[in-house]
Amino acid sequence: MVAVTALSLSHFRSHRRARMTADGRPVAIFGPNGAGKTNLLEALSILSPGRGLRRASAEEMARRPESLGWKIAADLAAPDGLHEIETWSEGAAARQVRIDGKAAPQLALGRLVRVLWLIPSMDRLWIEGADGRRRFLDRAALSFRPDHGEAVLTYEKAMRERNRLLKDEVRNAGWYAALEARMAEAGARIQAARAETLTVLSEAQEGAETAFPAATLSLEQPEGDLPEGAEDLARALAEGRGRDMAAGRTLTGPHRTDLAAVYTEKGVPARDCSTGEQKALLISLILANARALAHRVGAPPLLLLDEVAAHLDSSRRAALYEEILALGAQAWMTGTGPELFAEFGDRAQYLEVTEADGVSDVAVAGGS
Amino acid sequence: MAEGEAGVERLIELMAKLPGLGPRSARRAVLHLIKKRGVLLLPMAEAMAEVGRTIRECLNCGNLATADICPICAAEKRGNGQICVVEDVADLWAMERSQVFGGRYHVLGGTLSALDGLGPEELRIPQLLDRIETEEVTEVILALGATIDGQTTAHYIADALDERVSVTSLAQGVPVGGELDYLDDGTISAALRARRAL
Repeated sequence: MVAVTALSLSHFRSHRRARMTADGRPVAIFGPNGAGKTNLLEALSILSPGRGLRRASAEEMARRPESLGWKIAADLAAPDGLHEIETWSEGAAARQVRIDGKAAPQLALGRLVRVLWLIPSMDRLWIEGADGRRRFLDRAALSFRPDHGEAVLTYEKAMRERNRLLKDEVRNAGWYAALEARMAEAGARIQAARAETLTVLSEAQEGAETAFPAATLSLEQPEGDLPEGAEDLARALAEGRGRDMAAGRTLTGPHRTDLAAVYTEKGVPARDCSTGEQKALLISLILANARALAHRVGAPPLLLLDEVAAHLDSSRRAALYEEILALGAQAWMTGTGPELFAEFGDRAQYLEVTEADGVSDVAVAGGS
Repeated sequence: MAEGEAGVERLIELMAKLPGLGPRSARRAVLHLIKKRGVLLLPMAEAMAEVGRTIRECLNCGNLATADICPICAAEKRGNGQICVVEDVADLWAMERSQVFGGRYHVLGGTLSALDGLGPEELRIPQLLDRIETEEVTEVILALGATIDGQTTAHYIADALDERVSVTSLAQGVPVGGELDYLDDGTISAALRARRAL
């Protein structure tokens, strides 16, 4: 299994100094609003590459008013043994990573630990803009293919350059072609990884014993079918230059792909489902992602479930907890009170987070 | 400031602007220079003044030179039909240190970057195209960084040369004396793609 067995935070968000240990069991974190529960999940989320579950900069993560810089250290029990992960930022500098005492690139974290999360702002995922769904899809893809992040960064950088040329109305066909070649090469890899992710998720949903509704996923392209393969993508970009220049940005490509979901059993698009159903679909996909990882990588991911009990009735809640236990995943969950986790009994461990004078305090607690 | 003397302080301030130096190391360096006034400080000041007076860019390749044309471009035997394209002078020096390249260079002064306002004109690419004709070039070797900007620039130059000459690029892969275990995945996959028969 993969589990964080010790976590310490220093000057991270509302936590001046926090230290906690955990065994492999799910961790239920409770406490009043604003106590600093989600900050703990955020600290865990940056044990994976990227900006974490709030998509914040390293500077924003620093405790105020001191803004001294912050540090997170975690012991990670993985199938190949125990690892020490440290990540920190000083001043406003980009965060750095050390694995087992050695400096490492952020992307190296992606191979060590997979982290999936569900946070309240994602409750509106199916009704808001496509970029949220695209990010959700790319995080799933990244969990299966750690090099997906590099392809996305390459594509976006080349596209920013191309968009600048379009805005400045530069007419240098060779320059466009050079950038489009980078975009097409990375874009084709992005498309392939996303398509594979959809296949894997749908396989993981098939025949799974779950109380959560299956979702039928597909990729949609607002401007019409996206050409497959680097060559065709490069051609489509070249042919679109005139139109793109009029718009001042790139109008076709994987950066516009949307993830569409249908509540399979009812045949209703996710965006038309009730709030509770939409949440259930999201949980279903996260669990499918976790099952697929357990199957393919050999270990379930860390799950970070913020306010997960909201919108779930007690039977759904109990079903979710049973599935987490069956997966053997270490889930870190938050809720306002311990009663929300009553169904776990002593199969989970409990942390209580309180806040006084702007400083969070974390204490080991008993269940309800 | 404890250093007191205005001229010394000014020197420390300037020194601290050098890459790799901060205020503390700049103070140490200046103190050291002053202690070694005769063997270090004065000769360095003279050398700096001399370089400041005479140094310029080679009109042909962009290398640093004290004349209009740098010694490499001026040397007859280096006109062997090969031009190695590099991002900046530091890369040229690195190539020269290895003493394996017998041709001439072309220093771009950066890589294509629309966001930084660096286009083909700013990068001396038109001059490179002119040199293909005037110097009877047969091969252009692209020695650019393995970054997105570096690869975009390489792609652009290769297209612009349009099969008039043979265009090659440096190989990517296992460093000499390196161990596989220490390589990142990108390098290993590049090395595998570029494998060759023994």
